[in-house]
Formats: sequence, structure tokens, C-alpha cells
Amino acid sequence: MATNGYKVIGTRPIRHDGVDKVTGRAIYGADIQLTGLLYGAILRSPHPHARIKKIDTSRAEAHPGVRAVATAEDLPQTADKLQDLGETIVNLRDASNNVLAYGKVLYKGHAVAGVAATSLHVAQEALEQIDVEYEVLPHVTWVMDAMKDDAPILHEDMKTTSMGEETDKVSNIANHFQHKIGDPDKGFAEADVIVEREFTTQTVHQGYIEPHNATAKWNEEGQLTLWTSTQGAFMVRDQLIEILKIPVSKVKVVPLEIGGGFGGKISVYGDPVAAVLSKKTGHPVKITMTRDEVFEGTGPTPGSYIKVKMGVTNDGRITAATTYMAYEAGAYPGSPVGAGAGCIFTPYDISNAQIDGYDVCVNKPKTNAYRAPGATNAAFAAETVVDEICEKIGMDPLEFRLKNASTEGARRVDGPVHPRIGCIETTEAAKNCAHYNTSMEKSVDGKLRGRGVASGYWFNFNGGKSAISVSVNSDGTINMLEGSTDIGGSRASIAMQLAETIGLEATDINPQVVDTDSIGYTDVTGGSRTTFGTGYAAHATGLALIREMKERASKLWDVPADAIEFSDAVFFYKDDEEKRGTFKELAKQAGDTGGPIVAQVSTNPDGSGGGAYATHICDVEVDPDTGKVDVLRYTAVQDVGTAIHPSYVEGQMQGGVVQGIGWGLNEEYIYNDAGVMTNASFLDYRMPTTLDTPMIETILVEVPNVAHPYGVRGVGEVPIVPPPAALANAIYDATGQRLRDLPMSPPRVQAAMTKNGE
Amino acid sequence: MATIYIPSLMRDLTGGQEIIQIDGTTMRLIIANLEEAHPGFRKRLIDEDSKRIKPNIAVMIDGRNANRSLLDKVGVASEIHFLPAISGG
Repeated sequence: MATNGYKVIGTRPIRHDGVDKVTGRAIYGADIQLTGLLYGAILRSPHPHARIKKIDTSRAEAHPGVRAVATAEDLPQTADKLQDLGETIVNLRDASNNVLAYGKVLYKGHAVAGVAATSLHVAQEALEQIDVEYEVLPHVTWVMDAMKDDAPILHEDMKTTSMGEETDKVSNIANHFQHKIGDPDKGFAEADVIVEREFTTQTVHQGYIEPHNATAKWNEEGQLTLWTSTQGAFMVRDQLIEILKIPVSKVKVVPLEIGGGFGGKISVYGDPVAAVLSKKTGHPVKITMTRDEVFEGTGPTPGSYIKVKMGVTNDGRITAATTYMAYEAGAYPGSPVGAGAGCIFTPYDISNAQIDGYDVCVNKPKTNAYRAPGATNAAFAAETVVDEICEKIGMDPLEFRLKNASTEGARRVDGPVHPRIGCIETTEAAKNCAHYNTSMEKSVDGKLRGRGVASGYWFNFNGGKSAISVSVNSDGTINMLEGSTDIGGSRASIAMQLAETIGLEATDINPQVVDTDSIGYTDVTGGSRTTFGTGYAAHATGLALIREMKERASKLWDVPADAIEFSDAVFFYKDDEEKRGTFKELAKQAGDTGGPIVAQVSTNPDGSGGGAYATHICDVEVDPDTGKVDVLRYTAVQDVGTAIHPSYVEGQMQGGVVQGIGWGLNEEYIYNDAGVMTNASFLDYRMPTTLDTPMIETILVEVPNVAHPYGVRGVGEVPIVPPPAALANAIYDATGQRLRDLPMSPPRVQAAMTKNGE
Repeated sequence: MATIYIPSLMRDLTGGQEIIQIDGTTMRLIIANLEEAHPGFRKRLIDEDSKRIKPNIAVMIDGRNANRSLLDKVGVASEIHFLPAISGG
């Protein structure tokens, strides 16, 4: 039973899809088997930057098991045009060229050709029989090198754009923008202490367990059906119709269960290739990536260079802050530097600040979203500077954050004013929690211990288009169809909102994620929007069902529908105690009152409501001999709005923290001088496991979002924002060394400590 | 009149003004009047193919993400910001 005044919201029912998942019965993309299925494989570039002079597919096509070969010549030409895919904006020409390279390859692993064959082994063998003649070009894989005037240019026709205005300069810098508030020079002049530091972060991958996959069937009538693993079936459909130039009515995308996405499963990769191969062969074609293809051929989150300068008075008031942020976009423009810029100083109310952001192309895979994209890089820099400032002025770091906290009515550096947010409440909860108020020994068995804190912000996308379709069964239970793929328990959180609205139990709702022909357009599951946006639609659907049920009851009771009331899960006519019934009781008589009860609702809320704040506390132990950092204790405190299903909220927080720990301590794409990633496997790309992390403690601070009928606030992204900074601050507390380059892996920590010893 | 906050890199169009007042009850009218007062804004803000606000630019009206492009309503005391569009994970 919930303790928040709700009956369903705030409880912890078993997730609707849980049993199938834990028993292995759930159907994922790689499980799809169709009659006549062919197997696809992708030939990828061995070079980080090269001109394609010639592709000869004749030897491969002559292989007895090969049914078709596809190259960029098989894709229609697409325009150099930006397309809004809900949560991701893509340039259609770039998206097409990323699917199959045209003219140039821009990173090692860039797809060049696809093969469909009778078996996967034949397809892989045939790849070796495709002859590609390359003219190898100089490459650049670090953002600051790519910004130099003499850097190798990836796109000879790309000129830097500033807020919609194209400049004359051909450059790898795709975009420069600036936010400015107040007078930073004046603010710094008023400061007693100024700290200016530089930071770097490396490319990291979302690391979802399930590799990308796509099975396409393009029939003789021109109807394309695609089964895939995606965060947004409608986004896949939109990309397919643009890349393949086919009518939207001819494409159906079927989303299967998804084994993780975290932002990385919005763009298409093998999907259009499988479609083209299916069209050429007349057979369904399935392409499933290997892990090294996932690392080298899909979209990680960017490496970055960030410089932060902050000035404060001796009593702890921030007077000014500036930052220079350069993010790697990868092969094509579109890094999350804009989001990082919007988040970097947002936990603080700062009157004088300037943010300059640069989106820079490098010879790496095109970056994609990753859980609060851009914000983790930014917080690592800003929160480490804040920690250093607190030390210099001798102030408790949480007291400093409270003194400068963003609050309702404060203006963000990028302009807008905050609505009701939970920055102060979150920081206070962290300051008062048991972890923060428990002392720790500084040294145990020769190992050094320290504690760090850091805060973070993520916008949350409080909106987007969502559709819900419901049919009421004769026993009053409900089949609920939705278009939001479930990457984190959203079937349950959305079903619970419908159940709450109409007075049912969560188990009375049967939520199903369906294909693009079976539900209205629904935006991507991303941006922490789904429990808000599709939950908003579920609430509206519940209201529609209540209206319909009143109509039905009016026929049964022979009273006007507008005289019937609904309260505490019961419909009743207040002037006659006999005339009352629950939703289930009335549903049984639907046949007599007009037939089956159904409802369809689509919503597009106005996007108001505030973002999410988190403050984390982290205890580490550092081995001075090896530089290895162990996380001893970790507490994540977060404003979660109303926690619809607290277990899933906690799970999102814990998952985000663990990913942030991996980002902070170990994960990185390691490139050699040839521009080749040398650790494209989980053996060499070091992600944390359960053996590396303690139980992540969570504190849920519930400041309801005023823009949602149940106060929902997105929870899935902000927990990844503070961890690297919290770790860096804890390592400093333990060792006396400030680490400003990620990852803080054992060699880096050891090198820093050795330098300290000298 | 609505209050328009001009991004620093667009202030070349307003002679350096950071904040200007513009009439209009929808974003369509706001941008039309903005263009009339300070030519050049339409080219920076509008995709002429789709006749919509460019997808890489986000408009915020009174703190909310305007999601209806030129059809978004604007109040007499509204505050409007143009920001780089963001995406989430």
C-alpha cells in the first residue's frame, strides 16, 4: 500500500514482463527466425580515414552461398538536411553515409558493404572477397588536434556554423555556440578566490548487453517489415523512409525486447542494409552485430576537453564562472555539447557566466546519446573545480552547494528560469544522510581512504508525443497498447498510472509494446521522457475511460451521465445509494450498454516542468602501490518527483551510478597511432561488474513535477552525471592528488601519486 | 509584448541588444515581426523547406520546450529563448 495518498502509485508490483525475461522466454531481435531467412554481414573499413577509389563485389557475388551484395550505390541519394527524430536530430545525408560509406570512410569500422548469404559463415567469408581500393588519408582522433588549422579535414564542404549562421571557414568544427549571462569580467573582479582548470574525458560506450540487430522482409508489394532492437520504433521508421526513399505507409517496424540502449539505440545502422539486401534477394535478411562491431561501428559518447574558471568570495558565494567546452562529434556533426553546456553550471544560481561550446568532427564513430548525454563530462569538470574551491575557502562542500543552489525563479546561464525544482531538497537530504555523517578512517592496512561529493543536473524532456490504445475486457481488466519501448520498467510505470486513474490494480492492466502499424506515433524512449510523456497519455486515457463509463452507467441507471460521479474507484449517482459500481462491475455489462469499451488517446504535453537534480557521496580506498581505486560506499540522492514504482526508480539510480563509476575509473576507447581502437571487446574494455561495486544506496527525494498530473519527473539520466566527479574528489581526499583526466585508471592514479612522492 | 532573449551569437542582428520586445501571439508572428525589426533572424531560425523552426534550435517559451514549432502560442508577457536543441539518452 502506498503511503503517498495514492493506491497504486508508490507501490512495488512485480513487473509485467518480468517472468518472461528471467526465464529466457522474452523474444529479442536475434531470436527472430523466418522462412527463407538469409544472414547478413557487414564489411567495415580498416582505415580511420580514406577515400574509396573502387569497390569490386564480383568475387563475392560469385560465391555459391551469396545471394546479394549491397554498397552505398544501392541507397538513394539523400539531401544534406537536418531531421528531428524526436530526441535525436540527424542529418539525413550523414545518416545514409554512416549506414554505408559513400566516397570516404571516416573511421575504422565504418560500414562499406553488406552481404546476404545462406549462412552467417558464408556471409563472413564473402566479405573477404569484396575488393576495396582505398586512398589512405591522414586522420585525427582527438578533439583538440582536430580543431587546429592544419588538422586533416573530414568533410571538405563543412563550414563552421554559429547559431544558424554558416561562416566561411572550412573546418572540423561543425558548430560553435555561446551562452552568456551578466558580466563575467565584473564577477571575477569581485571574487576573492579564482580557480581555473583543464579537464579531458575519453570516448566511452553505453555497453548495452544486447548487440544491435535487424531482420528485414521487403515483399513483392513493396511492403517493408523490420524487426529490430530500438528505443524508438517510429524513429527507425522515420530514418528508413528517408534513407530508402519509400512511403511511410510501406514500412512497419516491430520493436522486440531490448537488452539495453541508454541512448545508443536510436540511430539505425544495419537496418537499412538488411532492408536493401532483402529487396535484392526477395528473402528476409537478418544482421546481428558482434561486440567489436558494436564498439567500432555504433555511436559511443564523446571524448572532450573542458576548461572551467570559477570565482567565489571568501564566504562562499559564486561571483562568476566561464567554460570552454569542446566535444568530439565523431565522424559526423552532432555531439551532445549543447546539452553539456546547458547542464554544467545549472546546480548553481550564477549571475555572471559565459559558456562556449564547440562540436568537432574526428575520425571516430559518430557519437550518439548516452544517458544525460554531455552532462557527465561537464559535471566532472565543474564539480571538481567546486571541490577545489571549497577546500581553498574552508567550506563544507554541501554547505557551499546549498549556499549557491538553484531554486525556483533562478535564471539558468542559458537563459530560461527554473520552475519548481528539488535542488535544495536534494542537497539537504545528502547533507543530513547517515553516509555523510559517518566518519571514516583515512588509512587502513596501508591503503588510503577518502570521501567525495558531487552534484549533477539533467534537463529531462517533459514532453513529446505519445499514444495509448486500450480495450476493456469483460472482467474489467484492460489491454493497453503503447508505442514506448520498455528499456527500464516503463510498461509497469505507465500501466500503474492508468490503473491509478481508473481505480484498478496494476496487475489488472496488460501493457504491450506494439509495432508502428498498431499504435499512434510515439516519440523515442529517451531523454527521461517516457514515464512522464506516455504516462501523461495513460492518465488522459484513464480520464477518457471514466467519461465513457459514465455514459455506460447512465444507460444502466437511467440518469444523466453528467450526474454520475467517480471517486475512490467507484462510480455513483449521489441521489441513489443503489446506483453505484466499480469499473470492473460496470465493465461486465458493457455488452448491454453499447458494446466493447475502447479508447485511444494521443498527447503532446507542453514541455514545462523542471529537470532532475542529484547529489552523490562516494567513499573510496586507493592502493598506493597499484593505483587501483575501490569504491567502498556510495549514496545517490536524487529528486525523483513522484516515484511511481520506487524499485524501478532505485534501479535507474543504481544503474546510472555504476555506469558512471565505470566511466570514471576504467572505461575508454584506446586508440593506437594508426587510429585503430585496440580494446574493442569486453575483455579489454573494462566495465564494472558486481564484484567491483558496493550496493549503491539510494535516497529518493520526492518533489512532484507540477507539469504532470501525478508529479512524474524523469529519473533515468541524472544518476550518471555526478559519479566521475564524486570519485575524483574522493581520490583527492584520499591521496592529495587532483585527477583531471578520465578515466582515473590505476596507471593514471599511480602516476599521479608517484609524481606527488617526488 | 513578448520579451525575446537574443543568444549572444545572434546579437550581431540586433546591434548588440540582449533583450528586445516583440509583438505576436504565435511563434509565427513573433519571428515575422522579429525579421521585420531585425532582418536576418528568419534565415537563422527557419528551415525554408519545412517552414518550421530549424531542428537544431530549441525554442523555450516561459520555461517550457515549445513543441509546436511556429504554431506555439505566445502570451503578452511571455519570455522566449532560442537554444541549441538537445537530445537525451
